[in-house]
Amino acid sequence: MTITQLKEKSKTYRKKILELIFHAKAGHTGGCLSIIDLLNVLYNHVLRIPSPKDPSRDRFIQSKGHAVEALYVVLADQGFFPEEDLKTLGQYQSPYIGHPTKKIPGMEQNTGGLGHGLSICAGNALAAKKDKSDIKVYTILGDGEMAEGSNWEAMMFAAHYKLDNLCGILDYNKLQISGANAQVMGLEPIKQKIESFGWSVKEVDGHNIEELVNTFDQLPFENGKPSFIIAHTVKGKGVSYMENVAKWHHGVPSAEQLEQALAELA
Amino acid sequence: MAFFTYETKKDTRSGFGAGMEYLSQHNPNVVALCADLIGSLKLEGFIKNSPERFFQTGIAEANMIGISAGLAVAGKIPYATTFANFGTGRVYDQIRQSVAYSGTNVKICCSHAGLTLGEDGATHQILEDIGLMKMLPGMVVINPCDYNQTKAATIAIAEHEGPVYLRFGRPVVPVFTPEDQKFEIGKAINLIEGSDVSIFATGHLVWESIQAAEILLEKGIKAEVINIHTIKPLDSEAILKSVAKTKCLVSAEEHQINGGLGDSIAQLLIQTSAYPMEFVGVNDSFGESGKPAELMTKYGLDANNIVEKALKAISRK
Ligand SMILES: [Mg+2]
Repeated sequence: MTITQLKEKSKTYRKKILELIFHAKAGHTGGCLSIIDLLNVLYNHVLRIPSPKDPSRDRFIQSKGHAVEALYVVLADQGFFPEEDLKTLGQYQSPYIGHPTKKIPGMEQNTGGLGHGLSICAGNALAAKKDKSDIKVYTILGDGEMAEGSNWEAMMFAAHYKLDNLCGILDYNKLQISGANAQVMGLEPIKQKIESFGWSVKEVDGHNIEELVNTFDQLPFENGKPSFIIAHTVKGKGVSYMENVAKWHHGVPSAEQLEQALAELA
Repeated sequence: MAFFTYETKKDTRSGFGAGMEYLSQHNPNVVALCADLIGSLKLEGFIKNSPERFFQTGIAEANMIGISAGLAVAGKIPYATTFANFGTGRVYDQIRQSVAYSGTNVKICCSHAGLTLGEDGATHQILEDIGLMKMLPGMVVINPCDYNQTKAATIAIAEHEGPVYLRFGRPVVPVFTPEDQKFEIGKAINLIEGSDVSIFATGHLVWESIQAAEILLEKGIKAEVINIHTIKPLDSEAILKSVAKTKCLVSAEEHQINGGLGDSIAQLLIQTSAYPMEFVGVNDSFGESGKPAELMTKYGLDANNIVEKALKAISRK
């Protein structure tokens, strides 16, 4: 897909996410708009997934499971299930629930509770190394999630086992549910911390499609080291009244707000 | 008279080690992980045979469970090993979400369960692990009674697709079950037939229950002793069949009474055929330092207390 096509995709995805959350009357709007450009580049440029169960597929596990609506929109667009099915999101007996589950084609693992994804991905990457397979494994972590100690256990492990087929991606929008990271639990200096754990780290603008494509194309950043991308993002990106406002972490737009948002994204 | 005899005493964790050594040669999908307790878990044989299938995780149990889930997603059969306290209670959310809820084929295999690790004391003596694990939907919970049975269980769980918690211990105990037995998950074993009282025991308490049955026989009481090596799924059929005959029962386990094997049995019987029941287990208390035998006596996890409880159950008929 060309850069122009990818940019168009991002616009379409943003609109679909907002419509989906509006319809379901629940969702993690801010985080979805924050990670959607990352998911777009991953699924339309980076990941090799011929079909959801193909043994040779690359693996993506969304550790910040709460931004599931963005993943639903992208997986439906990949043709893994009919987009129509998403109308049942959050309803009784619908498989489309508020966090990722393996029941959905294309979702690799149940996530939701934070601090699980990086370990699971490291285990997956280790198995691929042992099997001499060229499968690559990716995860998106939230910035608030980085306070979970298990992530740092996984960091040590991945460096120790030289998992250069593993890539962690930080959705660094600087906000979490109760406010700014800096107030809740400071992450900085995050780049130096992750580097000091033995990873090769790059920083990017997480909404700049070209920059994302170029960065992912350089993986692995160093042979013998796991790679980490710090993606500087904006919570609620693309909708003026949502951007950088913590309450949109779990906010649902009204009909008027939806209309305004869709107009801004047109 | 002696219902069972034995030639040697061995620790059940060595049975686990022997099972792992067998799996290193017979099941290429099995991989082992350990949080810095290789010697305590008796993994040397596995590592010697299959160093490329062993992964040291360091003292980072939460990550070990996550790594195991990832390996399982990739088609491996991971055996995640450490002490029972750190392999269950410490990492409950990892097990709940990434193993049980996700249905990953992870085997959580833990030594030093219960009081009998002895001198280390309460921080290491988990008495809640059976309860924690049995509450998780889809989790199989196994507590074998001796070396041979632990070895057989270790081998058998590789063939079971899904999460398993296998619990064993540190002290040497009589080896009285057959060598090279076939272990059937969820199938209780009737060790001694009797008609006066049923004793349902798991783990180290199975041998104590056999001793209790001998003492009871001297008093003219015929106790039935059943080895419930699998707490979940519980062999309801075997339990109901036994109590239909004996009309009273005792449960015996190296675990809290709250949430243990006895709880599961009581829940079954209260819905079907409630009979007088007595519990042998730790009664809402933490452990402490001491020689295993001293601790088992203090907390009533021995043959004498099982006898007492059996007599009480019989008197309540
Ligand atoms: Mg954030």
